[in-house]
Amino acid sequence: MAILEIRNLTKSFGGIKAVDDVSVDVHENTLLGIIGPNGSGKTTFVNMITGFIRPDKGSVRFKGKELIGLTPYKITNMGIGRAFQMVKPFFHLPAFKNIIVPLSSDRVKATKGGGFGDKDAIALDILEEVGFERGSSVPYKTASVLPHGYLKRLELARLIALKAEVLILDELFSGLSIAEVTSIVPIIEKLLVEGKTIIMIEHRLKELFRIADNVIVFNFGKKIKEGKPKEILEDEEVKKAYLGVEV
Amino acid sequence: MLVAAGLNLLIKKRDMAKENYRKERIDRCIKARSDDIYAISSKNEILYLLFPRVIPIAALGIIALISPLYWQKVIISACIFAMLAVSWDFLSSCGMLSLGQALFFGIGSYIAGILNHYLNLPFYITIPVATISGGLLSTILLLPVVRLRGIYFAMVTLILPLMLMRGIEATRIFGGNEGITGLSPFPNIWVELIIIITAMWVTLFALRRFISSDYGLIFVSIRDNDRATMASGINIYAFKAQALFIGSCICAFCGAFMTHSYMFTGIPVFTMEFSILPIAASAIGGIGSLAGPLLGAFVLVPLSEILREFGTLRVVFYGLVLVICVVALPEGIFHYLSRKYNEMERWVKIE
Amino acid sequence: MFVYGLINSAVLALMAIGFNLTFGISGVANFAYGAIYVVSGFLTWSLINKLNMPYPVSAISTIIIIGILGALIYRFIIKRIRGLVISEVIATFGISIVILEFLRYVGFIGFKYSLPMFITGSVEIFDAYVDIQRLLIICFVILLIIALYIFTHHTKIGRAFRGIAQEEHTSLSLGINPDWIASLSMGLGSSLGAFAAIVILPLGTITVDGGYDVLINALSVCIVGGLGSTFGIIIASVIIGYAQTLTATYLAPHWTMIVSLLAILIILVFKPSGILGHQKELEERV
Repeated sequence: MAILEIRNLTKSFGGIKAVDDVSVDVHENTLLGIIGPNGSGKTTFVNMITGFIRPDKGSVRFKGKELIGLTPYKITNMGIGRAFQMVKPFFHLPAFKNIIVPLSSDRVKATKGGGFGDKDAIALDILEEVGFERGSSVPYKTASVLPHGYLKRLELARLIALKAEVLILDELFSGLSIAEVTSIVPIIEKLLVEGKTIIMIEHRLKELFRIADNVIVFNFGKKIKEGKPKEILEDEEVKKAYLGVEV
Repeated sequence: MLVAAGLNLLIKKRDMAKENYRKERIDRCIKARSDDIYAISSKNEILYLLFPRVIPIAALGIIALISPLYWQKVIISACIFAMLAVSWDFLSSCGMLSLGQALFFGIGSYIAGILNHYLNLPFYITIPVATISGGLLSTILLLPVVRLRGIYFAMVTLILPLMLMRGIEATRIFGGNEGITGLSPFPNIWVELIIIITAMWVTLFALRRFISSDYGLIFVSIRDNDRATMASGINIYAFKAQALFIGSCICAFCGAFMTHSYMFTGIPVFTMEFSILPIAASAIGGIGSLAGPLLGAFVLVPLSEILREFGTLRVVFYGLVLVICVVALPEGIFHYLSRKYNEMERWVKIE
Repeated sequence: MFVYGLINSAVLALMAIGFNLTFGISGVANFAYGAIYVVSGFLTWSLINKLNMPYPVSAISTIIIIGILGALIYRFIIKRIRGLVISEVIATFGISIVILEFLRYVGFIGFKYSLPMFITGSVEIFDAYVDIQRLLIICFVILLIIALYIFTHHTKIGRAFRGIAQEEHTSLSLGINPDWIASLSMGLGSSLGAFAAIVILPLGTITVDGGYDVLINALSVCIVGGLGSTFGIIIASVIIGYAQTLTATYLAPHWTMIVSLLAILIILVFKPSGILGHQKELEERV
């Protein structure tokens, strides 16, 4: 059975159908890639799953439970974590304090204490996992001075801290160098080994297709193709939509 | 500033011999990596940390003790405005921009007045009751606005006190225009002073500690990015409501206290002055530090006491201060002082 | 009854439209709006009575001067703190306090400060005698709304306005200077405030507290109607306008403020973003 069953999801903004009747099954412990041209409705799709936008119609079931109508924080607490495309961390807080916020959610409440520094050690562990060098001063720096690559890692760390079962990564690789991407890919692979389910919106097709189990293609709000990375790469319609190549 | 300069001088004197010495920031070895984790290894370092906290408390206590009655009253009103300003700053660091501290203040004042006038309750009952119930009432009143982003909160808090004022004028409830007079006063000025000064310092240090605890930093995170906080599994509305409750309780306490201090409550408690002065104090003192607004209030209130003969022109003066500080001097006194204090250096022997 | 409600609604709409326009385009909440309204009244009064200018000339020059003043406030104060919502609100609020309380201090209080009517006299409509001035307000509001619609949809600057309102960064790349547009919008909003003052003030006297009342009314209408939505403003004006008129007739005139308060509380409980509010709770676009 699929961990996420998405049926007939539709949303229009003033006459334009941003997402048009999309149905997808996301299976447990797989990596689903979502690709498509800019403005094809990928982020809206994710926003509807995570409760930030209420769809006009359709349903999303997570382990059989309906998500539509729930608020984002409830959905997050059920185990669906989401990283934003535009990284905006909590700028006034040091990097490791950023991680304390998800650690304080109902989902992770199991960790005891609410006073000073109780959660600091856990936060630092998680940051080390995503590549913040532990001995250095980087985890203690205010988030506003961190470079872009670290902010993206911080988003990932937030999801790890949440112990999310489904991780939705919205263009995690955008704006990163090849070296940075290659250092983040193992973290994602490790999450897959741990049994997580991952949905990635991505424009870096080469990196995505190497790790994805399934890929769906969006164009003008519609799902135009679904399949294994290999099939997608060879599909003429996808090439036309995505690359604008007349074949 | 004077304090910082004096300390600088002291340290310089002690280490006159400059050969084989280099300069080092005092806080360098105290602050381990991050700004709020200290590693203290000597008495001097404890002094360095305690100095800026103990001196103001002691100074205010001594001034209150030796001042004539008139200036003791000024200190009381400075404390009230300082608490309103601290509450304003707390709300603003949780992302709620209040233009109507007078709302919370007035509600607290009216509750205390009504309890005292109609039920003859003494001040040690009316003040706590007014604090809690005033906070609850304000929170319930503003709860729907908490769901909205942007300037809605500012708009609603701006118009609610003005409307309540006109509502009371129109319906003539609770004394109408004249208000409720002849309320029971405090037994003597010393009780008043002790209550308000204690309350102010407790508020300041408790809030400062609260906002840097694991629980409190969620409030800061909501201001920085409410969507990411939600996506971290936090119910931001519940947290905002809590912040609103804490902030309005502080103001309601001030209102209730002033009711007994002036033995009066009436529509003047909803006037602009109670909304604008806390904001002006925060703007002068430095927004976002909680201690800054307190400092700002202690600059503004005595100043406006000196300017008393100008009447309503004082409010013009607050407004001007506000605009100038926000536009031209966004840092504020407190941030400037604390930066200078942290930048202080001492001579260390080169090994 | 019907006519009076309509007039009251028109007055409210006229008060709110300037505030709403500035916010809708540049995102600046101009809390100095009430002050600008009062200043316009006093300026027109001074031009007529001190400089002995004819009424139409002083009215038009007031609108122009206030428009320039609004643009200057943006250029020299708000531009420096653009984007910092807290600072923007505090600064405009501070300006408002400075102007209004200064006027109070100088002593612009009393019944002698009132503007003349455009046309005196009254006509009988639906069994009620109505001043022509009040009827003119309705005409002005309708004309104003039509003019604004044409302006924003069919002129180059108007389209630039809408562009900025929708997406600032994209407009930037299309060669629209957002600072220029924002100061224009601030100027236009202030001019509308001045216009409202000149049209409405002949019905009463110019007072300092009137400035706060205008701000309260403008904000209540905007909260009920939904910030940034012109049609929401019109609907909200009609609702509050009629509700106020009904209370004034059947209860007592001084209860009208409570009607606005109730309207705000009700709308906040049921639809916090206003009747036609674009300000959705946590939505984000693609």
